Amino acid sequence: MQRRVIFPDKGLPYLLLAPQLAITLVFFFLPAGQAIWFSFLRQDAFGIRTEFVWFENFAELFADPLYLDSIRVTVVFSAGVTLLAMSVALGLAVLADRQIRGATAYKTLLIWPYAIAPAIAAILWIFIFHPQIGLAGRFLNGIGVAWDYKLNGAQALLVVVLASAWKQVSYNFLFFLAGLQSIPRSVLEAAAIDGASESRRFWTIVFPLLSPTTFFLLVINITYAFFDTFGVIDALTKGGPAKATTTLIYRAYIDGRVNLDLGSSSAQSVVLMVAVIALTALQFRYIERKVHY
Amino acid sequence: MHRRSLLAGATVALALAAAPAGAQQRTEIQFWYGLGGALGERVQEQVRRFNESQNQYTVNAQFRGGYVEVMTGAIAAWRAGNPPHIAQVFEVGTATMMAAGPAIKPVWQLSQETGIAIDPSRYLAGVRGYYSDTQGRLVSMPHNSSSALMWVNLDAFGKAGITEMPRTWREVRAAAEKLKAANATPCVMTTTWPTWVMFEQQSAIHDVALAKPANGFEGMNVEMNLGDPFFLKHVQFLLDLQKDGLFRYAGRDNAAGNLFPSGECAIGFGSSAGRAQIERDAKFRWASLPLPYHDDWPGLNGPSARDTLIAALDPAALTPEQALDALKAIKSASTAPGPRNGVIGGASLWTLTARNRTPQEYAAVAAFYAFISRPEEDAWWHQVTGYVPLTSAAYEMSRAQGYYQRNPGADAAIIQLNRAAPTPNSQGFRLGGMVEIRNIIQEELEKALQGQQTAQAALEAANRRANVVLRNFERANRS
Repeated sequence: MQRRVIFPDKGLPYLLLAPQLAITLVFFFLPAGQAIWFSFLRQDAFGIRTEFVWFENFAELFADPLYLDSIRVTVVFSAGVTLLAMSVALGLAVLADRQIRGATAYKTLLIWPYAIAPAIAAILWIFIFHPQIGLAGRFLNGIGVAWDYKLNGAQALLVVVLASAWKQVSYNFLFFLAGLQSIPRSVLEAAAIDGASESRRFWTIVFPLLSPTTFFLLVINITYAFFDTFGVIDALTKGGPAKATTTLIYRAYIDGRVNLDLGSSSAQSVVLMVAVIALTALQFRYIERKVHY
Repeated sequence: MHRRSLLAGATVALALAAAPAGAQQRTEIQFWYGLGGALGERVQEQVRRFNESQNQYTVNAQFRGGYVEVMTGAIAAWRAGNPPHIAQVFEVGTATMMAAGPAIKPVWQLSQETGIAIDPSRYLAGVRGYYSDTQGRLVSMPHNSSSALMWVNLDAFGKAGITEMPRTWREVRAAAEKLKAANATPCVMTTTWPTWVMFEQQSAIHDVALAKPANGFEGMNVEMNLGDPFFLKHVQFLLDLQKDGLFRYAGRDNAAGNLFPSGECAIGFGSSAGRAQIERDAKFRWASLPLPYHDDWPGLNGPSARDTLIAALDPAALTPEQALDALKAIKSASTAPGPRNGVIGGASLWTLTARNRTPQEYAAVAAFYAFISRPEEDAWWHQVTGYVPLTSAAYEMSRAQGYYQRNPGADAAIIQLNRAAPTPNSQGFRLGGMVEIRNIIQEELEKALQGQQTAQAALEAANRRANVVLRNFERANRS
């Protein structure tokens, strides 16, 4: 029998919900609606002259080979960031879950990077990977690897994937650790008594029992890679060299903020919005079925 | 009830207290700028002097992030009905601002309405031309203008046994080969602002159009001219330098900015406003030289090397021995046609309109513009920042103060800007969406430097993509 809190009338619950609903409305639905409206317009930067163009902004986007190429970059980038951030975090969480000395300090240090602003994180990575002033950059060039992410597209993509994933590892670590700690010890002990090796215990018991956490983090990480990474890209590579690190969100940012083409930028935002809604729906439809709660 | 009346009483008391101050109320205006670090401090210093110099107006200067943030922020604020009175906008935003009709108040109109004289003829031609409309009227207020220069590391040159300073690209290449052979520095040569230095400045000094007609000064129906053989020649020259390990591409915009001052690269191309940083950071002897040119380019029609030397000569400032040396140099200098004038970079100040602006607020803006154009203010700005002087008076003043004698090469940018009368190809650029065009050129150049495409293909792709930007701008701004 569930306990229920019953309000005498409907006014109070709505009142209590009102602040959150107002925030959602003003900061999410209103801008999203405006983006949809703007995606059908062509304007000068100041919005002095406006022309309604139906789907022209979208048609131009999908006729642009560079836009199609940025879709490819986004897929590679997001897959890279998500895989790297999640696998590293899981590995660290498994290690931190053991009985080790100074576990708290270790955990605190691992969570730390999450508090660092993307632009500052990017500066740190510049000091590591810059071909002339970076520690690793100089070292690589010193041992004969032609390291120059300013001109080599694959290396540039690698650097932004590393920098973006690094920031997300802390967040994933936190959730994986919580997930691991909620796995009943008795199950693991029973398996150990049955003679299951450590890796076997991990893959047959821990990993399936972690699947709700993994699934949640998968959604969060893909959303992060899609929307929250333009700060890192802007500070590290500005989408270059050529267009090697221009993801969909970075292009929407550049076209809107720098090139002042609000129509095209809004159309790109709408495309992104649709893509993420579709992706999330797909994940809930197919992957969630295989998740054990 | 009681509480409310107390509150009302307090409000009245506050209003009364404020009243005497109201009698000599200063008009406050907002000024958004995009210069960080030491340059930003100089902006604040000048604004403070303006505020202390009179008791009618207060300028409130706010740092709003980089140039891009200031421009997009000011535009968003205008759309929301609450823009700053003055916004500092970089030179590539000029066409966008000029097309903004009701959003801006041109300087000539501001001067007319407020009765505060701002005489365009006082400004240096290269500065004035960039910010004037087709009728020659000043639209935005010149503020910080630079030009591109070649910086050379004299210690590295000494190590490589180079005594003659290179003037042409052929000589630059020869010097670079010696530097490489002597292994004088880890990197031989690099550039900041690749599009600005290698396309905009180079096309101007070779009198080649970047876009036709007249680099966009005659209207929005302009087309890119990157198919011109000059660009092919120059891009191929850069690719060959890179292939031979003589040139290092180190990123877009100012990404390569630290490589010269740190001693990493022996030759660096960059803004004259980099002088302060180089003075502070460089642990070696250095010199600033005018940009090199291709002496085998048939279209060269600027003043000869001899003419340039004569124009730069200031007999009053020379000792007899120096005068003798100068005469010898002039006698041996080439009389073949040389490069034209370079163009400026940097930013200017735009006056933004709003529904509730009062005439006093516009008067405050005009008074501030007049203040920063005073010779002593302008000369101070030029000397502490490395930007070129905006007015001829400030240039003369700096000369009379012996500034260029104490700081040899500090006038290289001014000489480069003023050595010839601007042609339609060397007066500047007024292209809509120029920020995007700069990036397109950088992207295609990067692809060529990666070896993914030839110089020809890079220029064709850049030309095609930039023309799309120009057509979109034309369409969005057609009234």
